[in-house]
Amino acid sequence: MPAVQETIDQVRMIDVDQYRYGFETLIESDKAPKGLNEDIIRFISAKKGEPEWMTEWRLHAYERWLTMQEPSWARVSYPKIDFQDLHYYSAPKSQAGPSSLDEVDPELLRTYEKLGIPLKEQEILAGVRKAGEPSPLDGEADEAGENVYQSGRVAVDAVFDSVSVVTTFKKELAKAGVIFCSISEAIREHPELVRKYLGSVVPPTDNFYATLNSAVFTDGSFVYVPKGVRCPMELSTYFRINEKNTGQFERTLIIAEEGSYVSYLEGCTAPQRDENQLHAAVVELIALDDAEIKYSTVQNWYPGDAQGKGGIYNFVTKRGDCRGKNSKISWTQVETGSAITWKYPSCLLRGDNSRGEFYSIAVSNGHQQIDSGTKMIHLGKNTSSRIISKGISAGNSNNTYRGQVSAHRKAANARNFTQCDSLLIGNDCGAHTVPYIEAKNATAQFEHEATTSKISEDQLFYVMQRGIPEEEAIALIVNGFVKDVIQELPMEFAVEAQKLIGISLEGSVG
Amino acid sequence: MLEIKNLHARIAEDGTEILRGVDLKVKAGEVAAIMGPNGSGKSTLSYVLAGREDYEVTEGDILFNGESVLDMDPAERSAAGLFLAFQYPMEIPGVATMEFLKVAMNAQRKARGQEELKIPELMKRVRGAAEELDMDMSMLKRPLNVGFSGGEKKRAEILQMKLLEPALCVLDETDSGLDIDALKIVADGVNAMRSPDRAIVVITHYQRLLDYIVPDSVHVLYKGRVVKSGDKVLAQELEKSGYAGLVGEAA
Repeated sequence: MPAVQETIDQVRMIDVDQYRYGFETLIESDKAPKGLNEDIIRFISAKKGEPEWMTEWRLHAYERWLTMQEPSWARVSYPKIDFQDLHYYSAPKSQAGPSSLDEVDPELLRTYEKLGIPLKEQEILAGVRKAGEPSPLDGEADEAGENVYQSGRVAVDAVFDSVSVVTTFKKELAKAGVIFCSISEAIREHPELVRKYLGSVVPPTDNFYATLNSAVFTDGSFVYVPKGVRCPMELSTYFRINEKNTGQFERTLIIAEEGSYVSYLEGCTAPQRDENQLHAAVVELIALDDAEIKYSTVQNWYPGDAQGKGGIYNFVTKRGDCRGKNSKISWTQVETGSAITWKYPSCLLRGDNSRGEFYSIAVSNGHQQIDSGTKMIHLGKNTSSRIISKGISAGNSNNTYRGQVSAHRKAANARNFTQCDSLLIGNDCGAHTVPYIEAKNATAQFEHEATTSKISEDQLFYVMQRGIPEEEAIALIVNGFVKDVIQELPMEFAVEAQKLIGISLEGSVG
Repeated sequence: MLEIKNLHARIAEDGTEILRGVDLKVKAGEVAAIMGPNGSGKSTLSYVLAGREDYEVTEGDILFNGESVLDMDPAERSAAGLFLAFQYPMEIPGVATMEFLKVAMNAQRKARGQEELKIPELMKRVRGAAEELDMDMSMLKRPLNVGFSGGEKKRAEILQMKLLEPALCVLDETDSGLDIDALKIVADGVNAMRSPDRAIVVITHYQRLLDYIVPDSVHVLYKGRVVKSGDKVLAQELEKSGYAGLVGEAA
């Protein structure tokens, strides 16, 4: 989601409960009946005009899913989900494959407008380039002007409920040879790529939610960056759940060929609702030799009301495969929403000299429950990884960092540095750190640092003494606390993220 | 400007009474020094003036420009024009000093219904104030007070005081931890702020600071009360004979 400065201000004005994004668009939906069975899966597949192999792939996943148990190891609790009580497909009805914005339902465009998401060309903080973003692929001796262009432009693949409604910037991307489209389109237009890579990082049998997703995923993004290409703009998908009781199952697949680079931004909000909404996405990243993928998320889904009811359940499987030598995958996430977050963006460091990074800010307030972290699996030689996690708990929330770092027998000279900091606001919240560290190779060097602190009365008094009101003072201290991670976000996201953190902590004191 | 009337205050947590009926008046344009031995309640007085929640006012009142501030929180008192330079300024990790100044200045302006300062104007003001205090601009990029030396912290306090232009400045043991050069710079900074519409309250244990910031009145705090008031001569006497004599008198 692009960081239009006004986004938050605009949204603030739409004051629905605590949650600032709570409104619903009245677009008639074309939805599948409730429940899950083979027919529903065939229905989804047929709706999307998928080839037979895809339908089979889904059905295999479904068969497997029937034999699986919902995982219970995370530090979260919620009433049992009735998977037969959900719709697995829903599409805005007027959607008939519009080729330009003019053909898009104006109601939909207004929704985006309310959120301040310009689908047309955007003027985002032009001229601002994130300082010191060194990339091993920076070799093209860019002129400054070109860099400004690169970081000032964002291509948006808008996902409205389940169907990609409109895709912009396609032509320019096509010029560079970059494919950026919905996964449905990719299945139809680029079946050879999808068949080769889909499920190659997160196999359909991976875990309960990923398997469910494999069976019923409705849409998501597909990115393919050809050999040696530095993607000329940031790619962004804007998710929004908008249909009552529609579980949303995105599937994203990003492939960076040899020597290529891509930065992908994902941001989401959802309208307010009474019933819990299930979200179980799967994201797969593949970086081949010398390629780099940077994946940034700002997640701000409805966290539930003051009693913790009605928020989004977010069970996500995100995994990146550094398949080639010298490849790099970097995850940056800002998690402020959802009633429950269960999410561990991971890196498989398969290629020699590959590098994985995970930067995370997880903010929980009210009755939110977050169990999130990462896995860095060192398989190749001389692989390195870095984990910076900042958890902020307020209200009655619980915030758990769960991270795994492991070095395979053959992963000579594996290196990891982990820093987990937790900040508590108030006396009724919890912060937990659960690291799993496993080295099967004697040359591995793993470092782990963890701190837990409270915003001290002294600090708060000091800041307020300068005339800064209490909530602003807390936001200031918290934004200082998370600065290391904010710096990793693309500029347009960083501004947004800081504001969101402030909003998320409103009402956390007093 | 400031009128403290029969002020009683205790630590909220355990009820220990620290201030036992403080009476003090400071006029606009006046520099008042509050002196006293350790444990007399000097720092508590500064905290209570600024509205720290850990203390409970049980009796009496604090009037600032004729109005009670007891119902105001620290941010409101600050926006009303009360500034406290801390004895031990807090570290704010990750927040650049410049950023902090911007947020603070604009928060106060907002509270007073003024426009936010534009960046060039803000930079100009900060640069000017920093130069007067012999502070390097590069310091302003560092997180506020994090890794600052004792002298740097105190200078940063005075810098904030200059930029926020309060009507009432309370300086709590600003001389502690300063070498003589830093002390002079800080004192010059404070003296530059002397003005007919501003009152300054200097809290100190030693006479030393008062050689550089010459007070109009001196008040001795002992066991939570002002036991003696006078002019700068009183401070010099205390320097010679210590608090013992005075304390005996009061007892």
